[in-house]
Order: sequence, then structure tokens, then C-alpha cells
Amino acid sequence: MSLYALQKLLYELNRNPAVQEAFASDREAVIANYRLTGEEVDAIRSDDIGKLYILGVNGQILMHFAAWRGLAWDEYIQAMKDALAKHGRVRGGLYAAVDDGKGGAV
Amino acid sequence: MSLVFAAIMSHGPGMTARADRADPAVRDPFFATLARLRNALESSRPDAIIVIAAEHFANFFMNNMPAYCIGMAEDYEGPIEDPDWLQIPRRTIPGAPDLSRRIVGKVMDRVDVAYAEEWKFDHGVMVPLSFLTPRFDLPVIPVNINCQGPPLTPLHRAYEFGIAMGEACESVPERVAIVGTGGISHWPATPNSGKINEAWDREFLRRWLRNDRVALTAYSDEETLRDAGQGGFEIRTLISVAGACQGRTGEVWFCEPIPIFATSGFAAVMDVGGDGADAAA
Repeated sequence: MSLYALQKLLYELNRNPAVQEAFASDREAVIANYRLTGEEVDAIRSDDIGKLYILGVNGQILMHFAAWRGLAWDEYIQAMKDALAKHGRVRGGLYAAVDDGKGGAV
Repeated sequence: MSLVFAAIMSHGPGMTARADRADPAVRDPFFATLARLRNALESSRPDAIIVIAAEHFANFFMNNMPAYCIGMAEDYEGPIEDPDWLQIPRRTIPGAPDLSRRIVGKVMDRVDVAYAEEWKFDHGVMVPLSFLTPRFDLPVIPVNINCQGPPLTPLHRAYEFGIAMGEACESVPERVAIVGTGGISHWPATPNSGKINEAWDREFLRRWLRNDRVALTAYSDEETLRDAGQGGFEIRTLISVAGACQGRTGEVWFCEPIPIFATSGFAAVMDVGGDGADAAA
């Protein structure tokens, strides 16, 4: 259930400018609207894109979110690679890395 | 009347966002092929274009996920992504609400579909339109097939949905073009982005150009995930265009891996007869 809530928050942030503005002015208040685990809250609080990837956020949601948070393409890919090295494999969802995250265009 | 134009093409955001980083030896002929596709589309003199895309959580979420949804709005806004990131300015794109309504009604003879009078376009629609209708002036009817949140519609249903779309277009007097976007093999939005299974792509397109319904729908999702990545689930959009052109065969105009685009750059057309096909020849 919690991964669902985490993805719901990012989905709303990705598509709704009003939620984006609320997030920018009072991030904690927005986070409090979703039933998240402590680990998920920490990742959102710290813009930890790599950790969000490990937690299983759908890659399409996370790619848009990372762009909105200002990560350049290479930084975004690197954040996922670094998180794999730090935290181990992706814990849920469809977007698990293959080949231990090696290869690719970046 | 019957479809005046039917094609499939890739829609990776890298095609606009990272175009400058692609190898010109592959990128330039790919973009030239897309210009040829645009010419063929224009020569077919469409009144509207149906874009069957696999969207990426721009509109639909797992709180209420339709397997199939057809847009019925007066207009649409896009891209939902940061325009500076996608390199496509945000704009309003005209819809075709009356035509949409008639098509939805006819499709329902065969397939249960959702419809939506609000819809924001993401790269799955915006990137193809930026090449095919760069003035964004041709009325658009967006169609989504859920390729992101399992359970996903089976491939044989995607083909059946395409048949329903083709019949619906035949039932209206307007000249309708249809384009399917997405796929083929890719591992997008992962550390492996840029991994491409070229042999799998070519085999899929061989099945597509033959419009081989049995072969096109023979992949299991387990096989697709293993051999073509989670991005491979988007073949549903391409299969539905084959369904819309049941009995017709096609031609592949371009297919080459372009890793920084995260997929093969590809473009293929179905022979629907008429002016568009003449221009394509």
C-alpha cells in the first residue's frame, strides 16, 4: 500500500502545479497527506532520487519527478546507479535494473 | 471512410530532449525518415489524427486505471513534463470532440472503453506530434492503452481494440489518420536506459509489416519483460494499429538503435491505399 501512496504523491506533484506550489512552500504539509513509511518520507524530504528508485517508484513517474527537481539526465541516471551500489537491488515495481545496472547510454 | 494514413513510430523523450547527443550518422537519417512520414501524413489530407500512445502517468493512475481510454476533449495541454527538459514548449493542441464522441460510440460496439474530456499530453504524444504536425494545428484524438500499471490488457485484446478503432473510423465521413507510438524494446528510466535488443525489434517489425495477428500477439509478458524490457509492454499500441489495418500489410521505413534516445528509432507504415500511400511510395 505504501509504494502506492508514494507514487500517488509523485504523480500529483508531476501533473498538478497547485500541488507543486504547495510542496515548494510547505513540503511537510503535503507529505502528511499521504500514508508513507519513515523511509519514504526521508527520501522525499531529501530529494533522494536514487532511494526513491530503490523503493520501487515506477521509472516513468520518477523520471518526470527528477526532471522537475532539476536533475540533468546524466545526474538522474547516475543517482540510480549510485543508489544500486549503496542500497542494493530495487525492492518493488516493474523498473528493476538488469545487468546490475551496468551498461546503457550514460 | 477508411483510414487515410496509418503508421507507427518511436516516442522516446530523448528524441527531442537529447537530440544533440545522438550520433548524427543514425539520427539524421532517422529524422529525415520522420520528415518523409510527415509528408505522407500531409498528403493524405487528414481531418484529424488519432495518436495511440502508452502514456506515463500524465492522466491515469492506479486509483482508477482504464485499460483503454479515448480522449474527447475540445483541446489538450502538453507537454506535462518540464518543457525545458523535453525541449518542446507547452501549448494547447486542438481536439476533435464531436468526431471523438462518434468514434467512442462506435468502438463500444466491440470493446468497452473509457473516455476522457480532460487530458494532458506527455512525451508519448508530444514527441511524435512535434515531428508529424510541428505546428500542432491538426486536431488530435488521443488514445491510451495502459502499458504501465499491471494487470495490462492482453495483446490479443489490443489487436481487437485496433479492429474496433478501424471500424469506427470507417463509420465516419471524416478523413482520419492513425499513429501508434511507443516501444519497441527498451529499459527506459532505469540505469540500463540505452539497452536495446535490436534483433527483437527487427523480428517484431517483421511480424507487424506482415500484419501477422497470431505472431504479433504471441509474446507473453514474461518473455517481453525478459527480452524487451518493461518498455516492451508498449508494443500494445503498435499492435492496435495493425488491428486497425487488419488485412493490410506494411513497410518498415527505418529501424536503428539510438541508445541516447533509449530505443530504436523506428518508423513504419501500413498500406491503406489512397493519396498517403502514393506519397509514401
